[in-house]
Amino acid sequence: MYAQMIKSEATQDDPEKLAAFQARIDAGEKIEPKDWMPEGYRKTLIRQIGQHAHSEIVGQLPEGNWITRAPTLERKAILLAKVQDEAGHGLYLYCAAETLGVSRDEITEMLLDGRMKYSSIFNYPTLNWADIGAVGWLVDGAAIMNQVPLQRTSFGPYSRAMIRICKEESFHQRQGYDAIRQMAEGTPEQKKMAQDALNRLWYPSLMMFGPSDKDSVHSAQSMAWKIKMNTNDELRQKFVDQTVPQAEYLGLTIPDPDLKWNDERGHYDYTDPDWSEFFDVIKGNGPCNVDRLAARNKAWDDGAWVRDGLLAHAKKKAARQHAAE
Amino acid sequence: MTRDDAFFQFLLRMGDNTLILGHRVSEWCGHAPVLEEDIALANTALDLIGQTQMWLGLAAEVQGDGKSADDLAFLRDAWDFRNVLLCEVPNGDFGRTLMRQFLFDAWHSIQLGRLMKSSDERVAAIAEKASKEVAYHLERSADTVVGLGDGTEESHRRMQEALDYLWPYVGEMFQSDDVDAEMVKAGIAPDPASLREEYDVLVSRILGDATLTIPESRFAHKGGRTGAMHTEHLGHLLTQMQWLQRAYPGAKW
Repeated sequence: MYAQMIKSEATQDDPEKLAAFQARIDAGEKIEPKDWMPEGYRKTLIRQIGQHAHSEIVGQLPEGNWITRAPTLERKAILLAKVQDEAGHGLYLYCAAETLGVSRDEITEMLLDGRMKYSSIFNYPTLNWADIGAVGWLVDGAAIMNQVPLQRTSFGPYSRAMIRICKEESFHQRQGYDAIRQMAEGTPEQKKMAQDALNRLWYPSLMMFGPSDKDSVHSAQSMAWKIKMNTNDELRQKFVDQTVPQAEYLGLTIPDPDLKWNDERGHYDYTDPDWSEFFDVIKGNGPCNVDRLAARNKAWDDGAWVRDGLLAHAKKKAARQHAAE
Repeated sequence: MTRDDAFFQFLLRMGDNTLILGHRVSEWCGHAPVLEEDIALANTALDLIGQTQMWLGLAAEVQGDGKSADDLAFLRDAWDFRNVLLCEVPNGDFGRTLMRQFLFDAWHSIQLGRLMKSSDERVAAIAEKASKEVAYHLERSADTVVGLGDGTEESHRRMQEALDYLWPYVGEMFQSDDVDAEMVKAGIAPDPASLREEYDVLVSRILGDATLTIPESRFAHKGGRTGAMHTEHLGHLLTQMQWLQRAYPGAKW
């Protein structure tokens, strides 16, 4: 999941058309790009799919940070395969967004100039090798919580992209857990790295689900349109319930002294993340916001001559072919 | 030099080329000019690291000291590396990275084609698997070199600069020594010098299509594949690549 605080757009369409559209969604039909859709549905989806795509792209940076320092050939190969998958996910999602009428260049520009966001989690640094395991275990684990239900989302291209993505994400989560398990079972220094990674990434992972949405009107509209399938709190709770036993198995301590099983609720009680930190990160004040955006802008600017060159060549080639015919 | 010593050196040359070039290519992760290139570069790096596991795995087996491919990759110092210098030069801009890839892929594809007929079945099997991947690498790097060489004025200029910078590193791939003589005698690998003609035909054709001019000088930097003298760049690459293994000896990752 990489969509946070997606504001749904108000819609001012013909009430009859709207009712018919809602009936299709309620009947479980898929909406396809050529079908009529409310303007608000289209805009909200562009924002949500775009934010997800940008997250896949920016998410390459914290993991890429360790590719050249991966400690074995196998770990290096696994990490390369994972980062390559993520760039691929970005590609499917940009294609899904294109079916809604926004080109890849336009949506990329919106990321680069800050009009569109990516998940807050990627504004945190990866500081030791165990972070790579923790990113797979926690960050991909949290992402999967939201992406699995989104396979049933109402917009056809988004749903199909999600089905492909989920297959790969579950592999990512398993390799992440395996990498951190190796550390947790390793030397005292390795255990220290694993615990340090969990300490730093636990609360930012809980923030990935976004603030509590019990009062949010936008959330309700998105849920009616089936582009959001569960509330943020439901998913966060599910994530905590799944992750606590895994941490116990690893012999690692979740950095929450008030974490405990609640028999009555049938869930773990846990401490909410510091939402003021979350809003700081969203506003651009996370530990890596400036560097991440600068890296993406530099890649785009430095690559301009390459894109121009390849385009110019394609045009020349087409002209030569045309002249020969 | 015994046959096994020579065989070990030969396998290091193959495995170190793919290891060091794979490392260089992986430095691009998240920084490529377009998403498709990010994917393609990661894919190329992944193939090269996979090939490294096979070449260095066999090298460790031939060496017979109970070492692993990881020991060879992460615990040797620069003077024990046997990659050609071309693989270790820094990435530069995207044009230089792709030109380096093309100049290497062209050699690599010809070399692997010959190794598929090696008298050593293990070498032939690795070459067969790798050659499929490398055929794709070559197709992609050649297309990109042509596209950028015959693109805009700026892309043409940058590609010519890349070629001028890298050309002196090409000759080393075709230099023969005692190790090679031993490999030829055993029917394991071809004489590197014997690949040059086919290489020149291939490279001239692609660089011609790219409207680029091959420098006249045949001067060749050397010292990588013998280990006699690497560039200053290799040591820096190793400090990064080997850091965890060096800082925490004996740990399992």
